[in-house]
Amino acid sequence: MAVTTSKKPGKRRGNMRPLFDGSEWTFELIRKVHDVMGEIALGELGLDIYPNQIEVITAEQMLDSYSSIGMPLMYRHWSFGKRFARDEAYYKRGMRSLAYELVINSDPCISYVMEENSMTMQALVIAHAAYGHNHFFKNNYQFQLWTQPDHIIDYLGFAKSYVAECEERYGQDAVETTLDAAHALMNQGVSRDLRPRPRNVAKREQEKAARRRAHEEATYDDIYRTLPEITKERATEPPEAQNEQRRLGLPEENLLYFLEKNAPKLEDWQRELLRIVRLLSQYFYPQRQTKMMNEGCATFVHYVIMNRLYERGQLTDGTMLEFLHSHSSVIFQPSFNDRRFSGLNPYALGFAMMNDIRRICTEPTQEDREWFPELAGSGDWMEALRQAWAQFRDESFVLQYLSPKLIRDFRLFAVGDDAKEAAMEVKAIHDEQGYKDVRRRLARHYDVSTQDPDLQVTDADLSGSRRLVLTHRVRNGVLLDKTEAERTLQYLAQLWGYRVKLIEQDVEGNRVLKEHEALPMP
Amino acid sequence: MQIVDRRLNPKAKSLGNRQRFLRRAKGEIREAIKDSLRSRKIAETESAEKVTIRSKSLREPSFSLGRNSGTRDYVLPGNEQYKVGDEIPKPQGGAGGRGSQGSPDGEGQDDFTFTLTKDEFLDLFFDDLKLPNLIKVKLKDLKAPRLVRAGFTSDGPPARLNRTRTMRRSLGRRMALRRPSEAEVKRLEQELAAAEAETPPDPKRIAELRSRLEHKQRLRRSIAYIDPIDLAYNRFDRVPKPTTQAVMFCLMDASASMTEPLKDLAKRFFMLLHVFLTRYYREVHIVFIRHTSTAAEVDEETFFRGTETGGTVISTALEEMLKVMRDRYSPADWNIYAAQASDGDNFHDDMPHCLELLNEQLLPVCQYFAYIETAHGERFNDTVETPVWHGYTEVAQRRRNFAMRRVASPEDIFPVFHELFSADAAAA
Repeated sequence: MAVTTSKKPGKRRGNMRPLFDGSEWTFELIRKVHDVMGEIALGELGLDIYPNQIEVITAEQMLDSYSSIGMPLMYRHWSFGKRFARDEAYYKRGMRSLAYELVINSDPCISYVMEENSMTMQALVIAHAAYGHNHFFKNNYQFQLWTQPDHIIDYLGFAKSYVAECEERYGQDAVETTLDAAHALMNQGVSRDLRPRPRNVAKREQEKAARRRAHEEATYDDIYRTLPEITKERATEPPEAQNEQRRLGLPEENLLYFLEKNAPKLEDWQRELLRIVRLLSQYFYPQRQTKMMNEGCATFVHYVIMNRLYERGQLTDGTMLEFLHSHSSVIFQPSFNDRRFSGLNPYALGFAMMNDIRRICTEPTQEDREWFPELAGSGDWMEALRQAWAQFRDESFVLQYLSPKLIRDFRLFAVGDDAKEAAMEVKAIHDEQGYKDVRRRLARHYDVSTQDPDLQVTDADLSGSRRLVLTHRVRNGVLLDKTEAERTLQYLAQLWGYRVKLIEQDVEGNRVLKEHEALPMP
Repeated sequence: MQIVDRRLNPKAKSLGNRQRFLRRAKGEIREAIKDSLRSRKIAETESAEKVTIRSKSLREPSFSLGRNSGTRDYVLPGNEQYKVGDEIPKPQGGAGGRGSQGSPDGEGQDDFTFTLTKDEFLDLFFDDLKLPNLIKVKLKDLKAPRLVRAGFTSDGPPARLNRTRTMRRSLGRRMALRRPSEAEVKRLEQELAAAEAETPPDPKRIAELRSRLEHKQRLRRSIAYIDPIDLAYNRFDRVPKPTTQAVMFCLMDASASMTEPLKDLAKRFFMLLHVFLTRYYREVHIVFIRHTSTAAEVDEETFFRGTETGGTVISTALEEMLKVMRDRYSPADWNIYAAQASDGDNFHDDMPHCLELLNEQLLPVCQYFAYIETAHGERFNDTVETPVWHGYTEVAQRRRNFAMRRVASPEDIFPVFHELFSADAAAA
């Protein structure tokens, strides 16, 4: 299935000289192309970006970055080595090619480009990452709310040296065990509804950790070891469950946060490790929520910029053909019954939606006027797009902007799958009755909070049995994957130090569907 | 905007992660190596190894929604024929053709394949054989490099300038750019002189000749005779310095009493010897000779796989070895190593002949002759001496380049080489 783009590339008619010809790139050329694109991106499109930092790397370094979830700095852990070994094997066998670029939500915005790229690809990458993603990172409310791009590199530096220091002090095994457990709970390390405190700078973190340790070492005195630890206050307080619950802030959805603050047996450095993993998870949360929009925005921006350059005469015909070739393979969307199908391509859908918004603004049909009365014919498509990029995430974006025309173009249809039935049922297709339904279901598919299981800490007994209880609120009868859940629960028990119970109950909370339990291994 | 060139940053940034990863999966990788040894050729012992492991200790579990309960829905692209209410039969193993999420058994983990480097492989391989650490280091130590011709380059020290190449390029360039030759200029000068000497002088012709001459001279000045782009230098590559060449004879009893596990043990032994030899010699040839009551040179596959019926006469193998040596591997040119594996049986009357062959003809020309007697653990008993063991004991006492060992499991193999290496270390 081919999704046609509404806008044909313009004619090369400008009288400016081409910026480059041939495939060799140089640092000067990259700089020149970057600056010229800036005229278009900032001047004509009105994008607003962090200053750019473009770094040229080799394929091996790209693999390196892949394995450390795309970050330039990362603490050491075997799972990154595993990822590297796997990606390397795929790459060497030619089963997977590397991305042309990698971009980091930081200030200045760091984009990695590969030395193997041709000049055309470098230009494409600069337009895509250094302008497209960069603008999205800086302006989307999710990123503004959750991430502090000016601190992330510093913080990773801190995390790396802190983990290394812990390995030295407490041994690789102990650190590994804690990190394994923390990684297992990473997806439950996000506070979805709270706005996090402004994150501390690396320096403050370091000082805090050092203070903590210094205090410990200064106050450590073997003589006092025999003294009872319990303070008077706590001992006399009646064990009132209600009070305890409130004190612990239950229910709590952020498992890592809860453990960091309340797990009875953890050492301070282990709490710090949990915190590192939790903050990373929080940092990546907006990226999970806006994957499709982010790619759509970047793809749209590179498409517009490259076409403008071509129109101005600054790209040769050959360059344009090379660009269009790779652009069209990026936005290729195979049908569901195609062997190559692996879900909706975020580049394809994102790009198509951006283009569609442009079309609705400039050449609306009667249908568009009914569906998007505010948008249709408003003319200033760039303003409309900038607004959409700033104020939405994938879920709300689809809900707001997916037009009937796109549903028809993609021939989207919704199927319902009941685990008990032998067949799936088609619920809605691209017709008058189906548009709204398809749109609603697709939006829900992009809602990260419905894709992750809804888990909360609901009870913790700190004075008696010290048992921890988690509750999984089961939506639509979908239970947790049993083996995975049990293995993860084992990690959780390891961190908590005592018995842990996981109850799966229906949303109303009156029927227990399944229970799991785990005890920490001695 | 800032551009940073990171290409020269230190490589292998993820080395620390890799080490942690290997440490984590060590047990499973070792198992995988053991399996792979069976299918591996002796000469390939050292090549980088692709290892597939069941990644039990590499699991990274997380809470995720199962696929066997409840209801969910998907939005898919590319609808061609479906209408609302149509039913689509479920594909096997996952709903909606959505990736390869579930696997039928509860384990739910794919096999994990990756490539070990040579060093990593050797580390793990030797780990099992209980090699002392010191020797491991020595084994991986490469020989001093030797320079080997490797084409030409445009840059290099003057001593490496390749004159022939340089001049050839220079000539081609001069011809292409039409640089006037010296003879051409001389001829013009003579013509000019002749024209000037003429009476009466023809000013037009003199002027014309003069301008032509000037033009040629200008060309000669501006087009260099040898330009930097003509320069060609010999290029050299560094390759590990070869000591010389060696041949390794693998002798094995092929009678039915050598069972598969015994052969596996023997194979480990041969492999180890090969690894050792490739450390010291650039070229190592392997000759496989198996014997029953007759001996024959065979290929590796037949050597380890085939079984034959018949008695056991070891001297036939030794004779075959002598014959191959005479035909192809003269002791003057080759270092000769021999490794013999057997379960200790031999036709009784054959022993004296064997010992004679060994003492008189083979041991004097062999660098080293190693004999291992493979046996199942329970059959191992020091009080029972097999005929071969009994016979060879005497040889071992007299000859320094003869070693023998009984082997019941892989860790017994290494001590056989101990002598070889301590001798070598002393010599070095």
